[in-house]
Amino acid sequence: MSRYRLQGKGRVDHSAPVSFTFDGKTYQGLRGDTVASALLANGVHLMGRSFKYHRPRGAVSAGSEEPNALIGTSRGAGRFEPNTRATVQELRAGLVTESQNKWPSLSFDVGAINDRAYMLFSAGFYYKTFMWPKSFWDKIYEPVIRGAAGLGKSPTEPDPDRYASRYLHTDVLIVGAGPAGIAAALAAAQSGADVTLVDENAEMGGSLLSDPAVLIDGKPAWDWVDAQLGRLRAAGVRLMTRTTAIGYYHQNMLGLCQRLTDHLDSPPKGAPRERMWRVRAGQVVLAQGALEKPLVFDGNDRPGVMLAGAAQTFLHKYGVKVGDNPAVITSHDSAYHAAFDLADNGARVAAIIDTRESPRPDLLDGARKRGIEVLPSHTVTTTRGRLRVKSVRAAPVRGTQVGTGRDIACDCLLMSGGWTPSLHLFSHTKGTLAWDGQTFLPDRKTEDCEIAGAGRGLWGYADVLADGAAAGLRALEGLGRAGHQASFTVANDRPGSGVSHTELPTDGNAGKARAFIDFQNDVTAKDIRLAVREGMRSIEHVKRYTTNGMATDQGKMSNINGLMIAADALGKEPPQVGLTTFRPPYTPTSFGAFCGYLRGETFQLTRKTPIDPWAEANGAVFEPVAQWRRAWYFPKAGEDMHAAVLRECKATRASLGIFDASTLGKIEVAGPDAVEFMNRMYTNPWTKLQPGRCRYGLLLGEDGFIRDDGVIGRLSPDLFHVTTTTGGAARVLTMMEDYLQTEWPELDVWLTSTTEQWATVALNGPNALAMLKPLVEGVDWDDFPHMSCAECTVAGLPARLFRLSFTGEVGFEVNVPARHGLALWTALIEAGKAYDICPYGTETMHVLRAEKGYIIVGQDTDGTVTPGDAGLDWAIGKAKKDFVGKRSLSRPDIVAKGRKQLVGLLTEDGSLLQEGAQIVLDPNQPKPMKMVGHVTSSYQSTMGHPIAMAVIEGGFDRMGETVFIPMPDGVRKAKITSTVFYDPQNERLKA
Amino acid sequence: MLLIHCPYCEDSLPELEFTYAGEAHIARPADPSALSDEEWRDFLFIRTNARGPHYERWRHIGCGRFFNAIRDTVSDRFLTTYKAGEPRRPLTNEAAE
Ligand SMILES: [Zn+2]
Repeated sequence: MSRYRLQGKGRVDHSAPVSFTFDGKTYQGLRGDTVASALLANGVHLMGRSFKYHRPRGAVSAGSEEPNALIGTSRGAGRFEPNTRATVQELRAGLVTESQNKWPSLSFDVGAINDRAYMLFSAGFYYKTFMWPKSFWDKIYEPVIRGAAGLGKSPTEPDPDRYASRYLHTDVLIVGAGPAGIAAALAAAQSGADVTLVDENAEMGGSLLSDPAVLIDGKPAWDWVDAQLGRLRAAGVRLMTRTTAIGYYHQNMLGLCQRLTDHLDSPPKGAPRERMWRVRAGQVVLAQGALEKPLVFDGNDRPGVMLAGAAQTFLHKYGVKVGDNPAVITSHDSAYHAAFDLADNGARVAAIIDTRESPRPDLLDGARKRGIEVLPSHTVTTTRGRLRVKSVRAAPVRGTQVGTGRDIACDCLLMSGGWTPSLHLFSHTKGTLAWDGQTFLPDRKTEDCEIAGAGRGLWGYADVLADGAAAGLRALEGLGRAGHQASFTVANDRPGSGVSHTELPTDGNAGKARAFIDFQNDVTAKDIRLAVREGMRSIEHVKRYTTNGMATDQGKMSNINGLMIAADALGKEPPQVGLTTFRPPYTPTSFGAFCGYLRGETFQLTRKTPIDPWAEANGAVFEPVAQWRRAWYFPKAGEDMHAAVLRECKATRASLGIFDASTLGKIEVAGPDAVEFMNRMYTNPWTKLQPGRCRYGLLLGEDGFIRDDGVIGRLSPDLFHVTTTTGGAARVLTMMEDYLQTEWPELDVWLTSTTEQWATVALNGPNALAMLKPLVEGVDWDDFPHMSCAECTVAGLPARLFRLSFTGEVGFEVNVPARHGLALWTALIEAGKAYDICPYGTETMHVLRAEKGYIIVGQDTDGTVTPGDAGLDWAIGKAKKDFVGKRSLSRPDIVAKGRKQLVGLLTEDGSLLQEGAQIVLDPNQPKPMKMVGHVTSSYQSTMGHPIAMAVIEGGFDRMGETVFIPMPDGVRKAKITSTVFYDPQNERLKA
Repeated sequence: MLLIHCPYCEDSLPELEFTYAGEAHIARPADPSALSDEEWRDFLFIRTNARGPHYERWRHIGCGRFFNAIRDTVSDRFLTTYKAGEPRRPLTNEAAE
């Protein structure tokens, strides 16, 4: 057993040793340790190197605010995590850890040369250095800085762990299970309210776990905590440990991240690693306590220099003496207790250096009794020791004069600059803060929340307990419930107060002092003053210029010290300089916890059609379209995509192709005013469309630009079967609903999405009619020309049959109820064998439609294309007085010359153009060239040469002209043509 | 995440169930052809961009209904919601509370 571990002390299990490694060396800790407490028990203070200067660093805190002791942890293959706080990570058997920011080793690090060159890395370093010269960026700065920068190593493999998420509704959520939080929970749990108490630590009790001698209602602190947690459990209060409230959002919603398995020796297989809770609370009590502030002096960052409260926590919670021979530097009473407790456990306290003139008499008494020297009105001017503090130089201060100092030998230095209420969550709500002369306290609230205990500046257990109980009661009353006010008697209380400082006075050269404010980002007091000298006035500017408070700890320790110094340099009061904004998450949170179940296959829904199983069984290659997975093409053995698509195209044009069109959006427009509604929504005239006929419909936005299109059938006078693009279905329905509900509520119309109710199979080719006819009952073929529709049966299945074409061949779309989709498909495949029926996918569909010049909304249009631009003027009901978008079609910009118009393109050299390629009229003009349009669609075709569509300025008036498409491998020439490349007379549709 | 009160469902439900639908109380002109180009431009594009209480439309995906709301664009608080077609609600103290 290490001599720093105190037998029988702490809340660790002395009978349960746990082995772990740090930088390859094996150490023993105890069950209940953190990595930091276990290393300290082994006398190891040096835990890492700092970010910028690579200075040796040790744990400065004992909690989640830790800026220094960041380590890499490995939990097995693929389970490496950088920047784990050693003060938070619980020990478990076989844990592998490593220090960061060091090469070749932690004790000898080459990067520490940065420390000698610190003058070069001062405030604004990033801004100044990279100003000049520009060419240095690529060759020098970026490679060097990329090599040196960064905090820890990024994991290189996908995270194999599972992460869970849950919602919770609770009457009262209490954040922080210290004395105030427990008292609040006891109060709130009266009269049956649903209460949730969460704490980020492995155990509840907060500061009481570090103050075991306190007596509450006659019980020692730990017994009191146990008894109260038992009472809360019995009252049905939800108690959640290892659960960090990471963010406080609108209307009392909080995010909680619960760590589930990182502390276990062997987590159950498949158990989630973390769980994100989204909690909606009726009332919230913030009882997060306060964070201790470091003091700012030269050498305040050496391993062995730590917060006094942290030393007290390591002593009582973990039974670890952080040193044999501590010295103390403080401006707050609380550090005396840390010194006394260490002395009472065998440490020789070298001295208590107090910046204040008159320490409290009872504290001086306590020191005298223990033989500890107290040095009031003293400062610390420097510390010594390379990898561990060896001595501290204390000097008397009279007025502004610093007297002669003396070196005091020590093996650790405990500091306390007072305590900062933890108001991060409160700040997330935009609650305002008020300056009380020493620190910021919560002021105006925006949410139904209470702030209790040290979190609003109270100190001493009697006050904190009473405040917690009152806050819990107010929360209960906020719910409209009643309870009574509990009271607590406290003995051995430890009340206290202190003062805030800027840098401690020194007799040394202030310009050379390495007095750190932000340990994680290596920001010194000098940096802050330099930023002010260089013109930064707002704390937000100082922050960005120096990076103070911008590390992953969000300045939990550094913000107030930084502000005090900036305010001093500016000659202003701190509230006039302002506090930077805290943002969620409170502590670094894994991406996995945010993603929860939404990753991999469950990231987004994949919609599959009823025919999808057939496509999969028959070797389809799929592509995602909107949320659908669609068959892209059906390759035969040895075929690449190009060969498969060409075969599918030719088979369809030669005889018969079959295509799963089930993803088409479908909307039923029904009611006595259905035709009036259609007239108002779509550009086309609908009044004269007879039942049993269909028409191409074009939908514009009110701005006149094309939004969607599709074939629409009139099944009866008051029933339209509308189809939309695959991706546009939801949008079109929403748009229709909007007009119906808010502009024309007088219309008697119902809109129903039927996309998933119908499976749709398209048959195209010269043999489509011959093949289909025998399977259909209920259609009068003598009166069923192109653009007809009917309700009938197909292959014995109830169907809506449309005769239409998106290929230029004779075509049909058969809609059957979705549950019959696969049966229909297989029946058609069977019947089609006589005609060499060829299943084809979306790529062939695209080629065939492009050969006919049929547009795809969203591909050939982009939200700035009018019907006129797309050559679709014929689809506009010119006699109609109004429809959505009509007025815009006569706006000056829409009728102006030179709009981009949709045309065809044929390359001179027969090469395939790239979709999205830009088009110019003169390839020899100086750069940047004037781009007159771009390629929207481009395919290999059945005609032996590629075809393309493009939007080009004034394209309709440039038929036959040559344009140029500059590409990385040379300039292509192309001729402007009509968009209809195949059967321009529509002869094949009439067959 | 906000809770939004749907005046049709008469329930306060999570923001995830709603979508924003632009500024409220901009009625489509009864006869667009009677408007000048400038008037039509204003109808299409000119919006208040309020700092503070803002009249806007939301849609509850659950029931599919569009409704009106007054939301403070600074605090992101909904001051009130009411059905489509109802007249613009005044900014009373109650609504602004
Ligand atoms: Zn609703």
